[in-house]
Amino acid sequence: MTRNIVISSGFHIVLIIITAMSLPFLSKKPINLPPIISVELIQISDQTNIPFAPKAKKIIEKVKEKEKKVVSEQAPPKIVKKQKPDAVPLPDNKIDKVKKIKDKKQNPEKVDNEIKQVSEFEKDELFDTTDIAALIDKSKIQEAETTNKTDKVTQDQKKDVNFSGLSLSEEDALKAQIFGCWSIPMGIPYNENLLVRIKLSLKPDGTILKSEILDHARMNKPGQGFYKVLAESALRALQLCQPLRVPSSGYERWKFLQLNFDAREMLEG
Amino acid sequence: MQEKCWKDKMLFRYLILLILLPIKSFALIEVDITRGNLSPLPLAVSPLSIDEKSRKNFKEILKKENIGSEISIIVENNLKQSGLFNPLNKDSFLQKPDIANLKPRFEDWNLIKAQALITGKVTFVDNKLRVEFRLWDVLAGKEMMALAFTTVPTNWRRVGHIITDKVYERLTGEEGYFDTRIIYVAEEGPKTKRIKKLAIMDQDGFNNKFLTLGNELVLTPRFSPTNQMVTYLSYFRNLPRVYLLDIETGMQEVVGDFAGMTFAPRFSPDGKKIIMSFAKDGNSDIYTMDLENRVVERITNHPSIDTSPSYSPDGKYICFNSDRSGYQQIYTMTSDGKNVKRISFGKGLYGTPVWSPRGDLIAFTRLHKGKFYIGVMRTDGTGERLLTENFYQEAPSWSPNGRVLIFYRETKSNSKGEGFSAKLWSIDLTGYNERLVETKTDASDPSWSSLLSN
Repeated sequence: MTRNIVISSGFHIVLIIITAMSLPFLSKKPINLPPIISVELIQISDQTNIPFAPKAKKIIEKVKEKEKKVVSEQAPPKIVKKQKPDAVPLPDNKIDKVKKIKDKKQNPEKVDNEIKQVSEFEKDELFDTTDIAALIDKSKIQEAETTNKTDKVTQDQKKDVNFSGLSLSEEDALKAQIFGCWSIPMGIPYNENLLVRIKLSLKPDGTILKSEILDHARMNKPGQGFYKVLAESALRALQLCQPLRVPSSGYERWKFLQLNFDAREMLEG
Repeated sequence: MQEKCWKDKMLFRYLILLILLPIKSFALIEVDITRGNLSPLPLAVSPLSIDEKSRKNFKEILKKENIGSEISIIVENNLKQSGLFNPLNKDSFLQKPDIANLKPRFEDWNLIKAQALITGKVTFVDNKLRVEFRLWDVLAGKEMMALAFTTVPTNWRRVGHIITDKVYERLTGEEGYFDTRIIYVAEEGPKTKRIKKLAIMDQDGFNNKFLTLGNELVLTPRFSPTNQMVTYLSYFRNLPRVYLLDIETGMQEVVGDFAGMTFAPRFSPDGKKIIMSFAKDGNSDIYTMDLENRVVERITNHPSIDTSPSYSPDGKYICFNSDRSGYQQIYTMTSDGKNVKRISFGKGLYGTPVWSPRGDLIAFTRLHKGKFYIGVMRTDGTGERLLTENFYQEAPSWSPNGRVLIFYRETKSNSKGEGFSAKLWSIDLTGYNERLVETKTDASDPSWSSLLSN
């Protein structure tokens, strides 16, 4: 018995020691920070700002020809001289950078092309089929990855669209359109059942092939004049709204639509 | 044995398939449209076409150049006043009235955004005015209604009102209120020496007529819901008394021989009784009097002031105001005076309750923090909505369809009594369509008649 207790307590002590040793706050070792990597942030505008690009190209050409002196064609020479000492990046500096890149690159002949990429006016020259193919491949990989990821999600949005009708934005677009077209007859009594259900058969472009009032029998019942008026106003709204703002795809999904025109909220509020 | 087992398995699979199939199929998509625009319905009122011979005949009798156009203007103005319709400018019409009446080119009317179209024709037949009119649904491209009336030419304004009533009813689903009259107290002179006469006019302000000379003060005239009788308050031997007046004959009489002051009279829905307040020894209670056998019945018996009684349209209930809770509030009770129930609980004072002819609402005047409000509440006191606020306004009266209220509003006068005016105003249940009702003189205490064509 005592032997067992000793063995058990021994194991417990070992466990406690192992746990204590492995706890992070007990280890006084300094945290190994990863070495700081300087990252040069390049603003997108620097690369896509069209007006500067041709200038840069011209400047480089001039530098090649004259080796040193570069003057902007548009700017008056006096101002250029004044700007030289300023912090504003000058063409000279840019050229220096380009030269540095040239030195670093294994293939110095491509440098000129790289600079040319800045200009959108010379796309023909810049067209690199291999790069684009690589980009397409990359995008394919990314897409595959994302689809794999989304497949894991149990409640996929696309699934909702397929089985439970229109997406929220599609429904909102349709609603907003009909809200604008429907002139609610305001004379209708508040305490009546103010729901008109209309089944629509639609063309792919949203025009109405056929509209059917589901409670049609109620239209001609005595004492239900208000219902007839409401149903007619709903039909007028649909006529006015044609073609309806339906989604551009998935025709089979919304080929038949049921619209429930309910005036209670408007008339009671 | 094995075969049977295999068959059972197949059957089971079929069953499972049958259960699963409907899940895979597309359900009908439903979209709830719970909002719309409350802007007035754009419609076109084409002038009623008239042939040359009829035009000349009517010009001779009525001194009107083109009676067809005149009638269409009445219809147009009525519809515009209702706030529910937006009659389009006639200059934009592309089709001529005579052709439009035969068969409208819906594309033309659609082009100017008209959703409904009224066309018609006026003819002179056997010294009478015959008017045909049609209502068209422009978007559906079909006729909604076609009617014809024949009447004496002098009734041409009423024809315009009747056409409006029919169009209104067809497009809104409720009865119109245009072929009606309004009785009111016409006021003239300075505030300190006011002359008050009973006056009557069409609901659009035309055909104004004075019913009394202005020798005695008159107050609170009320139309009978069934005939052209009016009950009102006037002074008899310097004592306020309830009177009864037949508009057609001009006959008037005092209602009952009460040994005190009677006021705030109103007809019962069947027009056979008058309900009013009777004040004696500083206490006022509600009484009714049968107009046939002159039997008087006491309805309330309370030491507080009970006044302004008004019947529900079925005659089973009465609403009135009383200060039995300490402040003037609105109460309801059954027509025999039992089950008295307070229904207004808001701050301030409530008065002049009037039961809607539709039965769903009670209109009232509320005084709170020095401002007067005209409002409506449900018959159990819930859903109180204040429609309009002003310095001084009171005495709402319902249009026969229970959709519009007419009341009067007074402006502030200076210390000398200058700048004072009293005018009639109307407001619909939405509270947005508030309009001045034009009268030649100052006016107060309006009361709306029931439809004349009924």
